[in-house]
Amino acid sequence: MPDYKWPDAEHRTLIGKRTLRVDSPDKVSGQARYTYDVKRPGLLFGKMLRAPYAHCKVVSIDISAAEKMPGVKSIQIVQKAGSTIHWAGDEVVAVAAVDEATAEDAARAIQVQYEKLPHLVSDAEPPAGAGESQGPLSIDDLGDMLDNQVPERQIISMIQEYGISFTPTDQDVKEAKEEGVPASIIEAVQKATVHPEAAGKTTKSNYVKAASQTQADGEKAFAECDAVAEGLYGAPVITHCCMEAHGSTSEWTDADHLFVHMSTQNVSGIAGQMAEPLKVPAANIRVHQDHVGGGFGSKFGPDRWGIVTAELSKKADGKPVRMMLERDSELKVAGARPSAYARVKVGAKKDGTLVVWQSQSWGTGGPGGGGMPPIPYCFSIPNQRKEHTAIRNNIGPARAWRAPNHPQAAVLTMCALDDLAAQLKMDPYEFFLKNIELTRLPQVYKDEFPIAAELIGWKEKWRPRGMNLSGNIARGVGLSLHTWGGRGHASDCDLSIHPDGSVDIKMGTQDIGTGTRTCIAVVAADALGLRAEDIKLYIGDTLYPPSGGSGGSTTPGGVSSSTRRAVVDARDALLAKVAPALNAQAEDLEARDGRVQVKSDPSRSLTWKEACSKIGATPITAHGHNDQAAAKNKPDLTNSGVGGVQMAEVEVDIETGIVKVTKMVAVQDCGLIIDVRLAESSVMGAMIMGISYSLFEEKVMDPATGRMLNADMEFYRLAGLNDIPELKVHMMTGQGYDERGVIGLGEPPAVSPGAAISNAVANAIGVRVGVLPITPDKVLAAMNSAQKAGA
Amino acid sequence: MHDEESRRKNPPDKNETDSGVSRREFLKISTIAAAVPVITAPNVVMAGGADVPVHGPGKVPLQLNVNGKVLKASLEPRVTLLDALRDNFDITGAKRVCDRAECGACTVLVDDRAVYACSVLAIEAQGKKITTVEALMDQGKLHPIQQAFVDNDASQCGFCTPGFVVACKAMLDRHPDPTPEDILHELSGNLCRCGTYAGIRGAVAQVARKGA
Repeated sequence: MPDYKWPDAEHRTLIGKRTLRVDSPDKVSGQARYTYDVKRPGLLFGKMLRAPYAHCKVVSIDISAAEKMPGVKSIQIVQKAGSTIHWAGDEVVAVAAVDEATAEDAARAIQVQYEKLPHLVSDAEPPAGAGESQGPLSIDDLGDMLDNQVPERQIISMIQEYGISFTPTDQDVKEAKEEGVPASIIEAVQKATVHPEAAGKTTKSNYVKAASQTQADGEKAFAECDAVAEGLYGAPVITHCCMEAHGSTSEWTDADHLFVHMSTQNVSGIAGQMAEPLKVPAANIRVHQDHVGGGFGSKFGPDRWGIVTAELSKKADGKPVRMMLERDSELKVAGARPSAYARVKVGAKKDGTLVVWQSQSWGTGGPGGGGMPPIPYCFSIPNQRKEHTAIRNNIGPARAWRAPNHPQAAVLTMCALDDLAAQLKMDPYEFFLKNIELTRLPQVYKDEFPIAAELIGWKEKWRPRGMNLSGNIARGVGLSLHTWGGRGHASDCDLSIHPDGSVDIKMGTQDIGTGTRTCIAVVAADALGLRAEDIKLYIGDTLYPPSGGSGGSTTPGGVSSSTRRAVVDARDALLAKVAPALNAQAEDLEARDGRVQVKSDPSRSLTWKEACSKIGATPITAHGHNDQAAAKNKPDLTNSGVGGVQMAEVEVDIETGIVKVTKMVAVQDCGLIIDVRLAESSVMGAMIMGISYSLFEEKVMDPATGRMLNADMEFYRLAGLNDIPELKVHMMTGQGYDERGVIGLGEPPAVSPGAAISNAVANAIGVRVGVLPITPDKVLAAMNSAQKAGA
Repeated sequence: MHDEESRRKNPPDKNETDSGVSRREFLKISTIAAAVPVITAPNVVMAGGADVPVHGPGKVPLQLNVNGKVLKASLEPRVTLLDALRDNFDITGAKRVCDRAECGACTVLVDDRAVYACSVLAIEAQGKKITTVEALMDQGKLHPIQQAFVDNDASQCGFCTPGFVVACKAMLDRHPDPTPEDILHELSGNLCRCGTYAGIRGAVAQVARKGA
């Protein structure tokens, strides 16, 4: 039985160390090719005409003028006359032309008439009693959800939960199939409970009662509390703002074979999503991507504009058509994190013991509404009463954003708990630790808290709220904690050791900037006694064995596990071939430091190249598989469930209201760390992104026109170099961590910054700015209203 | 300041508009006018009582000096330097992100100064020395600032990286040992979404220490 399990600390040469990112030289020299950079022979440029209204009907489309323009090669109507548009910027007609300017001119020449309909783009607190329960779904409800790009899983669970108000006919099913409705949804409809009595009565309200949960005694428990804190907390809709816009280049290499370059987090999963709408077998679709300029959860599907490039190409004799989103469209339609707000009331005993949580929460994920974030976050408070109202509105569809729902849940929870600690006049450090047994990872947090406190200097810096003012600068510190799953996804790896000593790996994964290439190379090189750069990597293509999408921090566990299995098998096969030359048994040999040697007598050895010359004419190949189901992995090399703590220090200018983060620290666990340097970079990146969304970011919608007001990078502000203070990262390693196996890291450190920074600001100025981003106007308003209340 | 000088030299007469600069004088000082006639003769039309050269609307021949090579193309005057580099000459190190001078991902050197290539017309860049990130390597060896980016893990997705590398190079050429204020000023025009600023700061410090 091959020994797949991770080597222990003494036997690791690269795993858990610091390797330079293997693709950095390509990136710093401009050699790295992104989808945006791909220029295929005969390339045509695609442009999209987008709807200007947040809610409207397409009345008529006239493409005749555009069709006649020289250089225009194909036009595809995306949403025909009669379609209902649910957000400004939605796709209506696409054009492909010989150059970008011509395509732009052609899109402008298309005449579309719209009938405006009333819209809602606000996600303000629902009016009292506005929430309606969701009834059985009508066929129009389903159509709207599909138009609105509500995630497949959410649609299916709604069908299962609420049933349907119509009896699906064979004709309905046939039409649905023709329109590309996913088979899983059609199946759910066919199996759904039918409530014919509900026909014509289904809810059309913008406000949907999404959840109502009570646990133990949610009301009376407040009577037992010595302190109760109440507050309003929230995080607005923000956008992903990937530096590389969404987009693709598609070309038909013959009548029924499609070649797609796409900016995606999900190379192996794209063909399957394009097959149905394009009526071509997934096997005939090749997807390729070398590098991707950011995704953060927004690039899992081909999107309507990806399908359109293939349709435009088809109409243009298969010529390649590129369509990359404009920056304004990227911000309007290609990525949004749902908002979440809550009125929270939380109570504890004098000694800090948490007793009860009560929340009325709401938020929007655009037309699909959305669910309740996991509140109270991390802490299983014994008594709870929660209600959540989802707002369905016309801001555009939501997408997964680094740790979906967790950053919002952290703000709603950790800020409320911090306010409660202030009521109790307790140091939040003591208060959170006092309740740490209510979390699922108490030991991890108990290990991490003192390290984080030491790194930021909590004991010297923390003072009761509003007590650290010098001149007009108020200083404060705040903390938050978080958790995430991060188990490895399904992944397949082909590894070859060639007779000349070269080693290659083929895997249909992608490196979204998280260091996936380096992670694979380190795992393989570690087992072979080579350097990471000795491993030739082929990733980002459907020609290679499939590997899961890079979401939910599932990639490190997936690719490292499949690689480990492949490399151990290949190495063992090599050792068996080499054994006779060294007069030894294969199990007595090891590959180390560029040699194959006898473990007990390293003087009996061959160089790696000499050893590989014993392979024979054809390379050794091995295949490694990691299964999504832990039980199918023997041994299981990946795991789930991590904890992290972050602390922030801020300075607030109480005259201008400007907040500056002056120091931030993160202590993070992610099981066995493949590469410490890259892990630290991931955590720092998450903290920086966190500072950005805590202080600057908000998708601002105009209630009058229903459009996004800041769809550019000047007014949709991202943190710059000078907004970033000293950052310190401590990765947990050693006993209690390493033996759990590899766990992903992309999401968890992105969760806590909002709450930690908000808590630091409250500590500095003595009052809570409840809703992110913490902009100067909000700081001044909070201080003013506190002053008035005090006066 | 240029305007002030022009105004003193050319007091507006009643035939001129009130812009403060005579159109004739403006054309003399305009970079477009200085560079373009060498390549092509634009149409000249009368506007506001003066001759004004008009390029286009169709394609015009164009010649750029990029990374030490002369590159020729026929492009509409509205094409930006960035799009010309990327779409016509397949020089794709400079990235198109915001396309309106907000993020710095398209930063290139024009006569050794950092410039947003998305906000310069290709025809304006004629006659100037254009350097992109691709030209910073010397015989296959990374430039010290590029090596420092590698050493400090200053790229994640890498899409902002070429712009940052070029902006850092321009800064270090002008300020070999930059103060925090220099860094604040010179790198404030570049944005990163993955959050690589800590690495970039480390990279700048590494090169500054070496006095490169």
